[in-house]
Amino acid sequence: MKAVQLRRPGTVAAEILTAILFLLFLFPFLLVLINSAKTAFEVTQYPLALPNRWGNIIDNVVKIWTSDSVRYPSSLLSSAIITVGSLLFINLFSAMAGWALVRTKSKVSSVIFFIFVASMVIPFQIVMFPLLSWFRTVTVATGLRLLRTYQGIIVSYIGFGAPLSIFLFHGFIKSIPLELEEAATIDGCHKHEIFFKIIFPILKPIQATVLVLNGIWIWNDYLLPLLVLGKGNDVMTIPLAVSNFAGAFVKQWDLILTAILMAMVPVIIFFLFAQKYIVKGMVAGAIK
Amino acid sequence: MTKRTESRIVFWAFLAPVLFAFIMVMVIPFFLGTYYAFTNWTSSARVDNGLRFIGFKNFTDSLSDPSFLYSFGITFVYTVLNMIAINVVAFALALLVTGNMKFKNVYRVGFFVPNLIGGIILGYIWQFIFNNAIPSLGTIIPALGFLNDPNKLMLGKNTSALAAMIMVGTWQYAGYIMMIYVAAIENIPQELIEAAKIDGATPWVRLRAITIPLCAQAFTVTMFLTLVNSFKQFDVNVSLTSGGPSTMLMGQPILGTQLLALNIYNTAFISNRLSEAQARAFVFFLVLAIISIIQVSINKRKEIEL
Repeated sequence: MKAVQLRRPGTVAAEILTAILFLLFLFPFLLVLINSAKTAFEVTQYPLALPNRWGNIIDNVVKIWTSDSVRYPSSLLSSAIITVGSLLFINLFSAMAGWALVRTKSKVSSVIFFIFVASMVIPFQIVMFPLLSWFRTVTVATGLRLLRTYQGIIVSYIGFGAPLSIFLFHGFIKSIPLELEEAATIDGCHKHEIFFKIIFPILKPIQATVLVLNGIWIWNDYLLPLLVLGKGNDVMTIPLAVSNFAGAFVKQWDLILTAILMAMVPVIIFFLFAQKYIVKGMVAGAIK
Repeated sequence: MTKRTESRIVFWAFLAPVLFAFIMVMVIPFFLGTYYAFTNWTSSARVDNGLRFIGFKNFTDSLSDPSFLYSFGITFVYTVLNMIAINVVAFALALLVTGNMKFKNVYRVGFFVPNLIGGIILGYIWQFIFNNAIPSLGTIIPALGFLNDPNKLMLGKNTSALAAMIMVGTWQYAGYIMMIYVAAIENIPQELIEAAKIDGATPWVRLRAITIPLCAQAFTVTMFLTLVNSFKQFDVNVSLTSGGPSTMLMGQPILGTQLLALNIYNTAFISNRLSEAQARAFVFFLVLAIISIIQVSINKRKEIEL
């Protein structure tokens, strides 16, 4: 049936409309690209024109790369350490917790699960100020530095990312037949071995969802790093670096847009490689 | 060691890492914050030094502060309009890209891409567009000369700046919401649509009688996501307008596009009133919880009706 179906005028019009919308949606990114290849004068005078000399883009990239307020190489590395570190821990620890909560049928277990689920409605705003003073208190009491450090921000992301991740793992693990684990018990497997050898590998599809959802959030997050890492710190994430630069070089759009371009490129490259997982992961995460 | 004790040890050992992090960053700060909201907490008045219980003063102060009331008002306006704009655009896009099209996967990805970039960066891009690119359009095309009028910049007036924030919010979020609608639309059994076609239902009738009712569950999810995300908007607010331009309310200068999240932040770090900011965050949380419960229950009822 489908093969012989003629493309009606309505369908063609719809496709043209979609194509136009598609170009409109991506136009802002094109503007970033062309204006990253301009001089300060060109940007303000002709923001919509093509650049005179594409080679300028290299000059601008070098300026941002070596800029003291962006510190691009170090910010990129910090962003990567924070995102990857947090993701590894969130993924493993939430899977462990989700499994423990599903496979232990007790009042305590259901209360803990309920608390995790309920905490998802709590906005960050209500805990952010006391979080800072509490971190300071912990440092005074134990000497462990949490503010302005990797360990502080990674612990924060584990704590804030865990509820949704546990919820997702919990839902997935419920659908794994218990017989699988019982068979392993009969074969003499210890409980923790069952998890690491049998369950954790089965969780791959839901791990992808957890990694994607948390990864996009952590990489792009602004408010938490702003508070926990602070301004003018050695440890700075890409969003902090961009806003730091935009604040310091107001209206220098040639350089601000280059910084933005350089902030977007790693994300876009990563997306092109992992596109399928990302879209699937984000939709699956929302529906559950 | 008996099986029972082994199970119990494993249970707690497996929960310990997340519980530790969760208690450190959520549980303790939540209770501390609830307490601080009723005290004179500032950067100088701390637990060991001059912290006093002052009852509901932070709450009454907040509710008599024009800037807070104003932020509440525009956050509601922003949330409602943003929810409508995102969902209408997203649903329309979803209908388009589930149709019979050659490059539909390319289009889907294109609409989705803004969602991958952080709000803070998107806000700067659009600040450039509104302040530089659009006025320049006025110089290129004489008929659109008014675009170049410095008094008519989108970000120059409160209402248009709020509209600008909604545009950016829609651009950022519509592609993601579209993907959820796409998943729902593709789940509709094809036979149902074929049967309706044979019965002579027009595309419009099919949309009203089949597609929309069968997406009811997706609407509950998308409404919830857009409601919560719009109400908590912070990043785009900071980088696009920083809350400006200023305006007057009840004889006080206030920021014209300052949403609640930014108001809370500024109360703490610019006005240096930490405990009052904490009280505002508390009110923010209660209101958000109440309106999202209302939204979900309305949508759930609609799900059954449809």
